[in-house]
Amino acid sequence: MARAVTNNRKALNTAIAWAIGLLIFFPILWTILTSFKTEAQAISDPPVFLFFDWTLENYAVVQERSNYARFLWNSIIIAGGSTILGLIIAVPAAWSMAFVPSKRTKDILLWMLSTKMLPAVGVLYPIYLLFIELGLLDTRIGLVVVLMLINLPIIVWMLYTYFKEIPGEILEAARMDGASLKDEILYVLTPMAVPGIASTLLLNFILAWNEAFWTLNLTAAQAAPLTAFIASYSSPEGLFYAKLSAASTMAIAPILIMGWFSQKQLVRGLTFGAVK
Amino acid sequence: MATKQSRSAARIMLAPAVILLLGWMLVPLVMTLWFSFRQYLPLRGGDQGFVGFDNYIRFISSSSFWPSVQTTLIIVGGVLAITVVLGVVLALLLDQPMWGQGIVRILVIAPFFVMPTVSALVWKNMFMDPVNGLFAHVWKFFGATPVEWLSQASMQSIIMIVSWQWLPFATLILLTAVQSLDSEQLEAAEMDGAPFRSRFWYLILPHLARAITIVVLIQTIFLLSIFAEIFVTTGGAFGTRTLSYLIFQRVLESQNIGLGSAGGVYAIILANIVAIFLMRIVGKNLDA
Repeated sequence: MARAVTNNRKALNTAIAWAIGLLIFFPILWTILTSFKTEAQAISDPPVFLFFDWTLENYAVVQERSNYARFLWNSIIIAGGSTILGLIIAVPAAWSMAFVPSKRTKDILLWMLSTKMLPAVGVLYPIYLLFIELGLLDTRIGLVVVLMLINLPIIVWMLYTYFKEIPGEILEAARMDGASLKDEILYVLTPMAVPGIASTLLLNFILAWNEAFWTLNLTAAQAAPLTAFIASYSSPEGLFYAKLSAASTMAIAPILIMGWFSQKQLVRGLTFGAVK
Repeated sequence: MATKQSRSAARIMLAPAVILLLGWMLVPLVMTLWFSFRQYLPLRGGDQGFVGFDNYIRFISSSSFWPSVQTTLIIVGGVLAITVVLGVVLALLLDQPMWGQGIVRILVIAPFFVMPTVSALVWKNMFMDPVNGLFAHVWKFFGATPVEWLSQASMQSIIMIVSWQWLPFATLILLTAVQSLDSEQLEAAEMDGAPFRSRFWYLILPHLARAITIVVLIQTIFLLSIFAEIFVTTGGAFGTRTLSYLIFQRVLESQNIGLGSAGGVYAIILANIVAIFLMRIVGKNLDA
């Protein structure tokens, strides 16, 4: 009955969904296209869409003006470092809450999440002072620690929901066979938890990569990641559309590609396991 | 049954995370409270001692305080409303059979990966610029006068930019929930002649309640503290100064640490009011 209209319906669905998808994606597409135009073409009236002289000049200029590789390297170190450090601290914590729950486990989890509600701006100055005091201002290690602390609640939560799904009987069996706590974690739990840990790692890498409050306020020349690289183009004298687009494309490309390849893992991680 | 030994091991494993977060919460909080009771102007005389509740009174009686709270709530509320409603619509659409579903999903999810500074800059310059922006070209094409988005319709513009960033997140989570919907139940309802509207209200929406809660919770956490979008686009002008941004200006631009800290305490209180409200809902969902 419904089968007869399937292909028509499917075509209609496809058309609507593609139109909306392209509309949502358009700002990114437009940025990427503009990055290959000359400055004159970038602001030409009417705008040119595809038929212009493609050039790589903007990328060269951006690279020359601000050493892209250094910002990129800082982003990788800061996002990667904070994620790995966070995992090292969060895996045991999530393990203990998932497998040896106590009466307070739920309260601890909610409290952890509530620390994320602490408005960053409310504590900006104290952190700024502490950073000066400890010599951490404009260092990568300082940002690694701050971003780790910011994302720690999310890492713990995500891992907790993943670990919860691992049947406790398997761990008990391992224990019966004489596995020590260390063996249990290393050889039994870890292999089963790898998918969960992987998506936690991905999501937190993305969150840390895009974090733009602490990275803008606690860095200057040395430790500045890509968020600061792009913010330097917000000043009026830097206002050239094609170059702005090239810089933008360079800043988002690594994470965009990574995100697309891992979207399935991401979705599960994002829901905190609360939506199946 | 966990043994005594494993229980103490568990406690030791939990300790680093708890201690770190406790430190991260308490140390800056205590410092903020301390500064909030002092007259502290680093560039104009430094720390000039205790002033009691002066900073609190000055901050709350400043003409920018209540508007900033209002702005914050409007942005959070507006973005939540748009992303949840459009997210549900998009999730239902993406769940339908179609060609190239995977590619459409990739297109829809993309804005989530764009860093806030980039999306704010791109929207501000390449779309909302009243002379060279794409919107201006479209408006001119239809013979209309280009709108100066970020000054004439500043709040709408910011809500739009932020919604664009968060719509993918809402859509993806809601889509996951839609996909777990019992299709037999839906088909049965359809067979019985239930129109789409009642299927939506009585079957689909209740099923999505939990996912919507998650979307609202997580987005609120992030939206209460949006910074880059305002920093880059309006710099807090044209009525877009959120509470966070107001404090940022007091602390960094006017270098008035005492006043800024008092504002920080207000922001923490506001966040906690929202948090308590949200935690109740999530706590309930955790039991289920």
